[in-house]
Amino acid sequence: MSNISELSLTKIINGIKKKDFTSEEVTKVFINNSQNSKKLNAYISECFDDALKSAKSFDKKKDYNGLLSGVPIAVKDLFCTKDVKTTAGSKILHNFIPTYESTVTSNLWSKGAFLLGKLNCDEFAMGSSNETSFFGNVVNPYGKQLVPGGSSGGSASALAAELTPATIGTDTGGSIRQPASFTGIVGLKPTYGRCSRWGIAAFASSLDQAGPMTKNVEDCALLLQAMSGYDPKDSTSVDAKVENYSSKLTENVKGLKIGIPNEYRVDNMPTEIDNLWKQGIDYLKDAGAIIKNISLPHTVYALPAYYIVAPAEASSNLARYDGVKYGHRAKGKNLIEMYENTRSEGFGDEVKRRILIGTYVLSSGYYDAYYLKAQKVRQLIKNDFDKVFSDVDAILTPSTPSSAFKIGDKTDDPVSMYLNDIFTVPVNLSGLPAISVPAGYDENNLPLGLQIIGKAFDEQTILNLSLAIEKRANFKKNFKVWWS
Amino acid sequence: MSIDKDTVKHISKLARISLDEKKIDNLSKDLSSIMKFIEKLNKINTDKTNPLTSIINASLKSRKDEVKDGKIRSQILKNSPEKNEEFFVVPKVIE
Repeated sequence: MSNISELSLTKIINGIKKKDFTSEEVTKVFINNSQNSKKLNAYISECFDDALKSAKSFDKKKDYNGLLSGVPIAVKDLFCTKDVKTTAGSKILHNFIPTYESTVTSNLWSKGAFLLGKLNCDEFAMGSSNETSFFGNVVNPYGKQLVPGGSSGGSASALAAELTPATIGTDTGGSIRQPASFTGIVGLKPTYGRCSRWGIAAFASSLDQAGPMTKNVEDCALLLQAMSGYDPKDSTSVDAKVENYSSKLTENVKGLKIGIPNEYRVDNMPTEIDNLWKQGIDYLKDAGAIIKNISLPHTVYALPAYYIVAPAEASSNLARYDGVKYGHRAKGKNLIEMYENTRSEGFGDEVKRRILIGTYVLSSGYYDAYYLKAQKVRQLIKNDFDKVFSDVDAILTPSTPSSAFKIGDKTDDPVSMYLNDIFTVPVNLSGLPAISVPAGYDENNLPLGLQIIGKAFDEQTILNLSLAIEKRANFKKNFKVWWS
Repeated sequence: MSIDKDTVKHISKLARISLDEKKIDNLSKDLSSIMKFIEKLNKINTDKTNPLTSIINASLKSRKDEVKDGKIRSQILKNSPEKNEEFFVVPKVIE
């Protein structure tokens, strides 16, 4: 095989099974690509030696029964990995070596995959451009000046640049789907509870969910299947049957009803995004789906509600970083000063902003006005979805309001950065599954994605619809390797 | 509502994050613009809405309260920035 890294995850697994190539050969190719990718800054920790050992031992054992037999996979550095440094992109965890493995990653390893490395991300997954990482910003393979999106920016960039055959990220407000859209890959946020959150550095516990990021829809179905499932260690994970998404994957979506929400036509949306959306509607019509106009009237309140709920939960979750049990510790003349200095040195600006907003909205006298209000609005947003899903099977929207923007463009204005997640946040607030599938290019040849939102636990339908779009859009990546 | 410098100082104390004057200045500006954005929610009447308590229509499973591991003190202490043989070490709390 001349170019293994161009192959999809599914083809690599099949190739290993058919003995077209060995796990070691595959692993060497991705290690080589990764070693030549320093300019992208996608990795925080490299596990190349151990990956090669795992590959060799796989080739000796020849156990091809696992869903992910013999493939190296690099993962977002938010997943705790046993004996491998896990930083969450933060200085406060720069030296943290977990003594346990997250459930989602151990699901991958138990199916035959092994760890290739830990990928860069926004600090504690707080960001939409991968510029808040303590380990520096990640670069989009589509251009030296471009962000890959965030927070799973290292994952998106690494996958698009063929540094890993597939990867996983986490999505609290769009952190899988937005970078997927910016880098021309497929990214899926599962239904809340579909995957265990155990062992993932927590950001906002009622919103966080891990999900697959892959080259195509077929791979996405496979990886979702491998990582999903009930976990007694996460009481919010749901004991619902994990479908065999791969075997049920079909582009036959005839008769499915697709909602087009009027409220997603936002002001100043670039014409090319609107055109892409129309194109997506045509693709699904061509595939036999029925298009219906729908209304989700509370959409406009989703982002403001999110920026109460997410920081509130974050401020509680991040209270654990105190310099005592693990991570960075600063000096202080007493215990309180040690805490204050540790957290001041350890957290970056965006994380501080969110902790402070969260502390403020939860503080005495403000709880009802902000947090309780936001949870009420969240209920209204969820009601909107419940109502339309009695009539339609899925919803089609753009993934993002723009293509990848320039590094540094939005760092001075937090609110302008937040607006990036306008189409993705309502889904997290409602716990629904959604996927971003690459569907076209803008005038600067930058990729654009379409988002399909599904009913709770109906990942299969959104995968099938994505496949129908993928077959018609015939999206091909169009960058040359400039970084090695 | 704008967040003035005194409020920033107050909440940074609650959040146990020390800040210098310049940071307090910047944060006062940033947090005020974020709060202004958040206050869009005041336009909507929610008097008759109950707050969301669960996003999935499934009740949480309970499990038996039983010890699954234990005797892992050395593992727990492994990442501690300062420890002696059995304890986490912190600056003196009681004079």
